[in-house]
Amino acid sequence: MFGDYSLGDLGSIFVMQGFAGLILFSVYVLMALGLAIIFGQMGVINMAHGEFMILGAYVTWMTSSLFQTYLPSLFSGYFFLAMILAFVASGALGMLVEWVLIRHLYKRPLDTLLATWGLSLMLQQAYRSVFGAREVGVELPQWMLGSLHVTDSIEVPINGVFVMCLTVLITIAVAYVMYKSRWGRQVRAVVQNRIMAGAVGINTEKVDRYTFGLGCGIAGVAGSAFTMIGSTGPTSGQLYIVDTFLVVVFGGAASLLGTIASAFSISQTQSTLEFFLSGSMAKVLTLLAVVGILMLRPQGLFALKVRK
Amino acid sequence: MIINSRFFNRSELMGFIVLAAVLFVILPLTLDVFRLNLVAKYLTYAFVALGLVLCWGYGGILSLGQGVFFGLGGYCMAMFLKLEASSVENTKIQSTPGIPDFMDWNQITSLPLFWQPFHSLTFTILAIILVPGLFALIIGTAMFKRRVGGTYFAIITQAVAAILTILIVGQQGYTGGINGMTDLRTLKGWDIRPDHAKVILYFVEVVLLFACIGIAQFIRLTKLGRILVAMREQEDRVRFSGYSVANFKIFAFCMAAVFAAIGGAMFALNVGFMSPSFVGIVPSIEMVIYTAVGGRMSIFGAIWGAILVNFAKTSLSESFPQLWLFGLGALFIAVVLAFPNGLSGLWADYVQPRIDRLFASRKSKADWKDNSVADGAPAE
Repeated sequence: MFGDYSLGDLGSIFVMQGFAGLILFSVYVLMALGLAIIFGQMGVINMAHGEFMILGAYVTWMTSSLFQTYLPSLFSGYFFLAMILAFVASGALGMLVEWVLIRHLYKRPLDTLLATWGLSLMLQQAYRSVFGAREVGVELPQWMLGSLHVTDSIEVPINGVFVMCLTVLITIAVAYVMYKSRWGRQVRAVVQNRIMAGAVGINTEKVDRYTFGLGCGIAGVAGSAFTMIGSTGPTSGQLYIVDTFLVVVFGGAASLLGTIASAFSISQTQSTLEFFLSGSMAKVLTLLAVVGILMLRPQGLFALKVRK
Repeated sequence: MIINSRFFNRSELMGFIVLAAVLFVILPLTLDVFRLNLVAKYLTYAFVALGLVLCWGYGGILSLGQGVFFGLGGYCMAMFLKLEASSVENTKIQSTPGIPDFMDWNQITSLPLFWQPFHSLTFTILAIILVPGLFALIIGTAMFKRRVGGTYFAIITQAVAAILTILIVGQQGYTGGINGMTDLRTLKGWDIRPDHAKVILYFVEVVLLFACIGIAQFIRLTKLGRILVAMREQEDRVRFSGYSVANFKIFAFCMAAVFAAIGGAMFALNVGFMSPSFVGIVPSIEMVIYTAVGGRMSIFGAIWGAILVNFAKTSLSESFPQLWLFGLGALFIAVVLAFPNGLSGLWADYVQPRIDRLFASRKSKADWKDNSVADGAPAE
């Protein structure tokens, strides 16, 4: 298996595949962060998470088209506005969904799965009706094209680096909001003991709504970042949903650090295996390994020790 | 103890008679062979729904991987039929005659080892029951012995469905890939494609379905069924009473898997092909929704759910492809929010009392009340 490559080649392969894995890692982290808040903190199984991501992607696509048509001079910076719009749009839809649907189901987590699956079907059809069934791709501004040549045999695409930096920033922001801000403390209080949190004067309904909105908003940003490395279609979200749930469960549902660690190990395993095996077998082996480890350690890699 | 005194109570007996009359008499007499074959296709999902009533409705274990077992059963059957269809005479234009066509296309020159036993029908029938059963036993043991349940179990079964689909699609030479196994012709030399064969297969399937209903009803009525319900409601108390909760869960999960596999095998026979599109996440979740729409607590309700939702899917998606997904999505949400016990719950809450009032003089009201409390759905 390794015989055909020289040592230097192998090194480059591992670096390149490692880098491809890092981009995959960024996508996983962005998608899983939102889900870690919704599923890990709130206990809601949101099967429509992928569709919130796709909403962010479509918002980005529309923004880039608008800039191209009306503000071509500012096109190079469209992405920053698009990301904010994606966050707002997905977050607002998330809050609406929480108000209409989710708040009735907090005591029945398995039923949230069915209801949000229904929601995801409706959203998919809505995207298909509005944007068409074809996949759309965003035109990247000039400065994101091309790649950095690290050595002769190693080169990394700039858009990948950009997505990774974005991921780091968003992760730090989420960690700050959840663990340092007053509002994050309220969220965690509500999650741990709803009745007690209500008794000390926290408006738990409001906290629930904003938490769900935040999770969906992050999914929107993930979708926005996603447009830079792939195209978007009405059913793209569904492709990622199982992976994302596995990332969150594998990492230990309530732990942000665990989510990041598991996203890293899953994406690296997959991209390294991908080079030596076919893509589908790499995926099968990775998922099998994850499921196998979960059977041995059901609480995930980083489990919080809490009394239930 | 009224539920234990008879095999069916009065309302269930009515449900049994209505279903038997519709499936055995009314549909075969009124529908043409094409439509009857469609009903046969819907009924294959009724097997899955029946299993889900046991495992989800009664046991409280939501499996999102029933497509896996449906697929395993279906593929076992399809492998037997495919081998029979790929006899040396039938495949003499291939570079290697006598092996399935997709293997020939993928440059595989001899029949793989795990295909060999599928020359035998006895082995195939055993495999249809044992392969999914053992698979469910492994997953169930690994999960339930370690007290993994609820949402985590659902997500892991979903991942298993994803894994199997990717595997089937990826290993084209051994499984037929994304196209699946097509062009299935004969069963032990008996052509399964002409009209009279379709009718016979339909009746075989209905008989099998009623056999499975009998088994499910038997499980439900014995102490086992009551332990399942107790477990769903208060798992710890059942455990503290000295029952091995894990074993009961594993049993329910395996039964559901075997029912699903029988449905899958009948699917391959009735429809004449099997493909990964009936294995993955989307079909698995759809199977859950048939059960939810019909009523997760009711055996007959779930079967009606499978028939009606599939019928609606076929007729609506033909004429209004856009509306169908909206309708299906809305149905999911409505079932969860408005009628958690499905159609059978609506029936029991609104229609049944009226019927009972009509016949109130013949049967004392107290008796009916007793029945409805004994097997009514729990308030969730």
